[in-house]
Amino acid sequence: MSSVQIRDVRKSFGNFEVLHGVSIPIEDGEFVVLVGPSGCGKSTLLRMLAGLENITSGTISIGDRVVNNVQPKERDIAMVFQNYALYPHMTVADNMGFSLKLRGAKAEEISTGVKRAAEILALTPLLERYPRQLSGGQRQRVAMGRAIVRDPQVFLFDEPLSNLDAKLRVAMRTEIKELHQRLKTTTVYVTHDQIEAMTMADKIVVMHDGIVEQMGSPLELYDTPANQFVAGFIGSPAMNFLKGNVKVNGAAYFEGPNGIKLPLKSAPANSDGKPAVYGVRPEHFTIADDGAEAEIVVVEPTGSETQVFAKLGGEQVVAVFRERHLFNPGDKVRLKPDPGLVHLFDDATGKRLNS
Amino acid sequence: MADIALAPRRAKTEIREATAWDQLRHNKNWLGFWFMLPAMAFLIFFLAYPLGLGIWLSFTDARIGRVGHYIGTENYEWLWDDSIFWLSVFNTLIYTFIASAIKFAVGLYLALLLNERMPFKALLRAAVLIPFIVPTVLSALAFWWIFDSQFSIISWSLKQLGLITQNINFLGDSTWARICVIFANIWRGVPFVAITLLAGLQTVQPSLYEAATLDGASRWQMFRFITYPLLTPIIAVVMTFSVLFTFTDFQLIWAMTRGGPVNATHLMATLSYQRAIIAGQLGEGAAISSAMIPFLLAAIMVSWFGLQRRKWQQGESND
Repeated sequence: MSSVQIRDVRKSFGNFEVLHGVSIPIEDGEFVVLVGPSGCGKSTLLRMLAGLENITSGTISIGDRVVNNVQPKERDIAMVFQNYALYPHMTVADNMGFSLKLRGAKAEEISTGVKRAAEILALTPLLERYPRQLSGGQRQRVAMGRAIVRDPQVFLFDEPLSNLDAKLRVAMRTEIKELHQRLKTTTVYVTHDQIEAMTMADKIVVMHDGIVEQMGSPLELYDTPANQFVAGFIGSPAMNFLKGNVKVNGAAYFEGPNGIKLPLKSAPANSDGKPAVYGVRPEHFTIADDGAEAEIVVVEPTGSETQVFAKLGGEQVVAVFRERHLFNPGDKVRLKPDPGLVHLFDDATGKRLNS
Repeated sequence: MADIALAPRRAKTEIREATAWDQLRHNKNWLGFWFMLPAMAFLIFFLAYPLGLGIWLSFTDARIGRVGHYIGTENYEWLWDDSIFWLSVFNTLIYTFIASAIKFAVGLYLALLLNERMPFKALLRAAVLIPFIVPTVLSALAFWWIFDSQFSIISWSLKQLGLITQNINFLGDSTWARICVIFANIWRGVPFVAITLLAGLQTVQPSLYEAATLDGASRWQMFRFITYPLLTPIIAVVMTFSVLFTFTDFQLIWAMTRGGPVNATHLMATLSYQRAIIAGQLGEGAAISSAMIPFLLAAIMVSWFGLQRRKWQQGESND
């Protein structure tokens, strides 16, 4: 186990820069999730960490050692690929023991290592099978087993769950997290799925267009997103955004689209009349007499909660209620955001305005 | 209501037993037979019939212009004692073995090379195919000149370099002649092997090499443990074809040496042609051709087992 330091790393393919100076400190034993939309550079960064791509500038160190020019096999890392990359002509046992075999380990040593990893992942009955004879979830576990056998300093996961069906994905998510709690190996995990990021990470790094938008614990990112991108990316259903102006007319409030009045706990300094974006999470709406009038468009009951799509000041918003509301399309309701939990973003830069 | 009540009774009277003809019309196997028939007819007339006729001819004393009579295995007994026939068998085996082995080695090397990232890759891949698209006789003629006893460019170059003083008698010396025809065959056969193996190489997922890199494999180990095993099915196919084509080669030899000098490059195919068509002994020529069948069957058997689906290629079965 060791810490990983990524310092001002840049990556260019030809003249095209895909990573514009990324710095991420990763502590020993931490589970870090790199999350962002496709093309944000998260997979490239992971491959640079693995040594599969070279580093254009900046440094990556594992432990105390700068690994920029260290061969992948010398970096003491193990990677789980999106398509698992299992060797189709080797049995599960051979797949898992391949790295030990290349290292020149003795047969007994290999079989002990493989058995230990197989027990951790409940793969023991499958050791003599070939990858083709395994289900998606089993292949996924073999890929992890191959990583565990090596007992590396750092685990790298490149979207490991995206080839699995929804149910299996949830199960494997828990399994990976459990595994990390057991082995306590530093882990860097890449995904585009913010739910995976939220549920598994000690620290989430939100990336977008080759830069780090924000870094922090899942709930930190959820409660105080640093900008509109992070606010919209983290959370499902996504945060509602309404454009308008901050008003300080006695008490502070927000003038939304079509002049609707939305509550603010306090206005940032010198913001009277400033154009801004008002962000409110779906679950932070309540139905109250002093709310703004909205017209119901669609109601989606999921059993545990009710998702309500409504027009608020002409803009579509989504609200989630734990109670079971029996609305009909066209009904008028009064929606009130919780003023303590709303977010204000700069209209031009998208930066967070309120604390 | 009344209509509805009556309808089933009327329908009942119309039901009749399906005749044999009806059953045949709806039988998918019968339909399949008709779809298969054209291909089958083609194979029977152009492959099975000539093969059968050839084997029959080998048991007759047919000559050009004379219908043969059945003479049992006399042709074969005759060949058994014919040292030229045995020489041609030896030549064919040497020719096939050496040419195929070198074609495999060079073809695999070229395929691995062309699979790398390099400039002008598409152009180089196209260039590798050139020997394959030139008509055999044309390339044989070119080789004939290259290896000519007087005008050989190789002899000329070596003389200019001062390495030799006299022209090398390429096609006139038995050892040299064998080397020359084998070289020409390799030159022609390498593209087929290289391009087919390249196609096989491209089916190997790049992520396997990445995984192997992280597992600590060197370039050689990647080839030994990943590329080669994954390539074995296609190697089995390509080498079977290569061996069959080489074993039955005729054009190159006939255009370059006609089997000479002193039968040193006579293959079974060229000897058969010489005996059957040039000398007119159809029965004997057919016997030589038929004698190739066991060798070819053996080659096919080898590939049959080589081509069997390996365990790792099988689907989701639980064996």
